[in-house]
Amino acid sequence: MDTQTPTIANPPAETLAEMYAMLILARKLDERCWILHRQGKIGFHISGMGHEAAQIGIVWAMRRGYDLLHPYYRDLAMVLACGMRPTDVLLGSFGRQGDPSSGGRQMPNHYCYKPGNVFSVSSPVGTQLPQAAGLALAEQLSGGDRVVVTCVGEGSTSEGDFHEAMVWAGVRKLPLVVVVENNEYAISVPMRQQMAIERVSERAGGYGVRGVSVDGLDMLASYRAAREAIDIARAGGGSTLLDAQVVRLTPHSSDDNDATYRSAEEKSALKARDPLPRVRADLIARGALTETQALDIEARALIEVDAAHRAAEAAPYPPNAWALGPVFA
Amino acid sequence: MADKTLIEGIREALDEEMARDPRVFVVGTDIGPRGGVFLATQGLFAKYGPKRILDAPLAESSIIGIGIGAAMNGLRPVCEIQFADFIHPAYNQIANEAARMYYRTGGQYPVPMVIRAPYGGGVGGGLYHSQSIEATFAHVPGIKVVVPSTPADAKGLLKSAIRDGNPVLYLEPKKGYRMIKGEIPPGDYTVPIGVARISRAGADLSIFAYGMMHHFALQAATEAAAVGIDAEVVDLRSLSPLDTEAVLASVRKTGKALIVYEDNKFVGYGAELAALIAEEAFESLDAPILRVAGPDAPAAPYSHPLQEYFMVNSKTILAGIRKLAAY
Repeated sequence: MDTQTPTIANPPAETLAEMYAMLILARKLDERCWILHRQGKIGFHISGMGHEAAQIGIVWAMRRGYDLLHPYYRDLAMVLACGMRPTDVLLGSFGRQGDPSSGGRQMPNHYCYKPGNVFSVSSPVGTQLPQAAGLALAEQLSGGDRVVVTCVGEGSTSEGDFHEAMVWAGVRKLPLVVVVENNEYAISVPMRQQMAIERVSERAGGYGVRGVSVDGLDMLASYRAAREAIDIARAGGGSTLLDAQVVRLTPHSSDDNDATYRSAEEKSALKARDPLPRVRADLIARGALTETQALDIEARALIEVDAAHRAAEAAPYPPNAWALGPVFA
Repeated sequence: MADKTLIEGIREALDEEMARDPRVFVVGTDIGPRGGVFLATQGLFAKYGPKRILDAPLAESSIIGIGIGAAMNGLRPVCEIQFADFIHPAYNQIANEAARMYYRTGGQYPVPMVIRAPYGGGVGGGLYHSQSIEATFAHVPGIKVVVPSTPADAKGLLKSAIRDGNPVLYLEPKKGYRMIKGEIPPGDYTVPIGVARISRAGADLSIFAYGMMHHFALQAATEAAAVGIDAEVVDLRSLSPLDTEAVLASVRKTGKALIVYEDNKFVGYGAELAALIAEEAFESLDAPILRVAGPDAPAAPYSHPLQEYFMVNSKTILAGIRKLAAY
């Protein structure tokens, strides 16, 4: 694991409280989606629980709304941080007309949010990697200074598109940060059956790209690692493969049963790795957050999620014509 | 006006569009100093430099994926797949990504990109330098598929494709690159996508073809005229969207339809044409719809006599004309 550069400072205390509030909002919204699915009110949910500390740290290292984000379906906390509201997300979950991602065309959690420079999520994860390289190539060719951040799971690093994108990233020194949210499972297939190396970041060397692994349960370590990678990319120093080691607290999706491949002992051990209590304790220890503030943040998040739930459920379905188009610009 | 070749039409379109619009760039393998394996980009690297003519790693999926990303970030990529036979690794990026992006974002992210691919047999290319791939992609909503068969259309259709706001697969009949010659109009002009062209008016039957097969269909129609059969030839030019009105109008006029394509016959592009005519113009038909198409074997073999035996040509088309005219 590469050591973190000590010159990258953590964000100031008031920013840390904002980051924490966004992390809690993402968790509360995620939990609500599971409930709505089990109530039969929404058809599908795919979760980011356990990834949030890495996501919040990394997205805060971006110039949000200026830099470009090509996420994948677990990046709920990231897209919220880029401007999507819980109502926006739930409109997608309910398949309603106002869904800003796709107008109810895509499955839930396939985010797209143009006002925040968030590009559209595809179900086959990995396809966004060469596209993100293309976003970065256009930025480089046009002389822009925006950095592209794209996220996948470790499963997608087995895809050919990962390899092809990394070739471009290395050869052209693209302003691209490829984040691997490594939760050690591709649905049910464990990491040891996906790769014969210890760390995803080892893959980077073959492409002439920086490879960094970071404890993705540590929000501030994730921030610093991403900030360094983004700064290097913006300065013309090329790409980084950032392996953020996280935990998947839930089954793969609402349609998965992880008891078929994770033992009861393993599942109960997962809870001990939940990043939220750790982030809260860390921020309190740093004086960036008090117990009272933390409780207040949770209460506010629940109020916001409740309101979003009511608004989305009451929203109209899209008209039938939306099934047929738009196909062409 | 001196005749030019089909590939000169392609090169002129690329050159003029790159000069007109600084967002246009070309990406593909061997297209830089080498000028492309068929020399479609000859001279363009020297003129526009490495930021506009990009030699890519040998990775077709990324050539398309890079194009999608660049298109979504303000540029106008022209992605070259060296041979259509090599497009298959990029199928996912084309069909699942480029073609669906506009729909799946409710119109927020158009993907204005062109994919150029030389296709078709008859050049000694064997299984992997001879394929016809149009049916696979014409089947996919969200991408346009065009095929020029003359130098003038090669230039005008490519200009339209580059200016289009959507993904366009531009298939180049490579056997005709230098074989097909014709006038190219002076000045800046475009040929609209979605409009077929009657290249030979006739009364007895209609031949529908595109690309190299259109060239051969015209030859066959000329030979048929010598034996008293007056064939109309329709150059489809655009396979998706298809100019259905032009197809139906021609069938309603002649009452007979001969569909020619060099791809494997089974579930080929001509099957859709036949279905369209059967559904919409059944009452105008005086004969069964006839297809002259490639055999249902993988692709034109390398060995010369085998290749010639495999390929549709003006003689096999003429045989089809005579069979249909006899009804």
